[in-house]
Amino acid sequence: MIVAKRKPFEDIKNMLKDYKKVLNIGCGTCVAVCLAGGEKEVDVLTAELDMARKMEDNPLEIGKFTVERQCDREYLEALDSVVGNYEALLSMACGAGIQFLAERYPEKPVFPAVDTTFIGINQGVGWYEERCRSCGSCVLGMTGGICPVTMCAKGLYNGPCGGTNKGSCEINKDQPCAWFMIYERLSKQGRLNLIMDVVPPQDWRNQTPRTVIQPGYKKNEVA
Amino acid sequence: MEELKAGSNLEKVLRAGHFAFTGELGPPRGANAEEVRKKAAFLKGNVDAVNITDNQTAMVRMASWAASLLLIQEGLEPNFQMVCRDRNRLAMQSDILGAYAHGIRNMLCLSGDHQQFGDHPQAMGVFDIDSMQLIQMVKKMRDEKKFLSGADLDEAPKLFIGAAANPFAEPFEWRVHRLAKKINAGVDFIQTQCIYNMDKFREWIRRSNDMGLTEKAYILAGVTPLKSVGMAKYMQGKVPGMDVPDAVIKRLQGVDKKKVAEEGIKFACEQIEEFKEMKGVAGVHLMAIEWEHKVPEIAEQAKVLPRPKVD
Ligand code: SF4
Ligand code: SF4
Repeated sequence: MIVAKRKPFEDIKNMLKDYKKVLNIGCGTCVAVCLAGGEKEVDVLTAELDMARKMEDNPLEIGKFTVERQCDREYLEALDSVVGNYEALLSMACGAGIQFLAERYPEKPVFPAVDTTFIGINQGVGWYEERCRSCGSCVLGMTGGICPVTMCAKGLYNGPCGGTNKGSCEINKDQPCAWFMIYERLSKQGRLNLIMDVVPPQDWRNQTPRTVIQPGYKKNEVA
Repeated sequence: MEELKAGSNLEKVLRAGHFAFTGELGPPRGANAEEVRKKAAFLKGNVDAVNITDNQTAMVRMASWAASLLLIQEGLEPNFQMVCRDRNRLAMQSDILGAYAHGIRNMLCLSGDHQQFGDHPQAMGVFDIDSMQLIQMVKKMRDEKKFLSGADLDEAPKLFIGAAANPFAEPFEWRVHRLAKKINAGVDFIQTQCIYNMDKFREWIRRSNDMGLTEKAYILAGVTPLKSVGMAKYMQGKVPGMDVPDAVIKRLQGVDKKKVAEEGIKFACEQIEEFKEMKGVAGVHLMAIEWEHKVPEIAEQAKVLPRPKVD
């Protein structure tokens, strides 16, 4: 899932200081699961903003609405009849959802209430860890299911570097060295031959916006 | 005899079968050319080539190629270091061409310490390519006259290609395979991490000999004289990838406080004596950073002078 973190309250309040009518929009998918921008978090932030602005004698008319997925046109539609009542939109979705919202209502100022942080996994309640940088050409098959791009502090494809330190990464004793783990796992599987050859340089053309069209589908006319 | 790959002094010395002796110089944290010249004066005539570090420990310093040029002006041979942290493949290739055009003939390919350690921890770590891929790239430029992309370049940078190796890091069994990988990528010489654990190093070189690796690349053993007990303890506890046995620390603690530095140099010289006889070791790389003025004394005491002249 995509993991996000709520921005500091003061920052959010500051972005909205010039507006009197704001709609706070949550998202029921990734950011709800990682407890950053789902319905519950929308309730909390909305109440906090309402309270803070009252105390400042600058009341804010704030509405709330959580859609199933802000990155999906089908679900955004539900907002069409509501948005017109507000001067600005606050979104608690990931960066993709926020942009899709802004694209749908181009005349409205849109503000992010969360910092979208990574693609990660759920280690425990409220505890998430990054696992993938969506590099576009997955090498997990070669690296024993451990991502060198994400888990190695230098993103090395031919690690480890000289800083590998008794199983830890040079940046921090508590951070395991990805290439140490890759070695250990492949060694146990008897597959060390996979990392004997030099992996050629990566194709970083993933730095321009990417599009995926699955086989059998085509780019639709935008609704 | 096979044609020289780069024709650097270091390559010639090694090719002729002499025991090589290289030094190291850290460029200044400023535009001070005089400081480079001053440090270089201590190294001149005492080493075959001088490694010029590249933003070492992720601290901004005078560019490695620029300090290398100052060394050439002073009549020394630089070993131009390049890390993968600060430049992408375009900048790397253009720097390599420029360095060669100005007379640089040795190059050391490194990953580079993580930027978090340095004076700009906010910087983006580039790592567009890694050190293994950098070795391959330089070799391709030199031997195939091609850029990484495959396009032709008009004059090949004839560089003697080096890399670092850490004989100590865990898993130890993987260490020789790492070396083999670098040799397959195309290195001509290796300079190792500073050695203090001689037992482990002997085992590493034995395995490298058994795999035939020491015949495919020249191995220069890394030596850094210990100045103080504090330095030894720091290296043991705080420097990732460093292996300092307790016995070495005990040895330094065993001498009079004023004689610790002397004892450190003595230990380094004993190591050098042993490396001279060790099968598979082609030379020593002396890293006496911020201790350059001691190099003449160490070279003298290690009996590596005069340095050979090979045409
Ligand atoms: S290699 Fe790593 S970053 Fe790339 S797709 Fe696979 S998990 Fe994601
Ligand atoms: S120590 Fe390991 S994880 Fe850390 S940068 Fe080096 S290879 Fe990557």
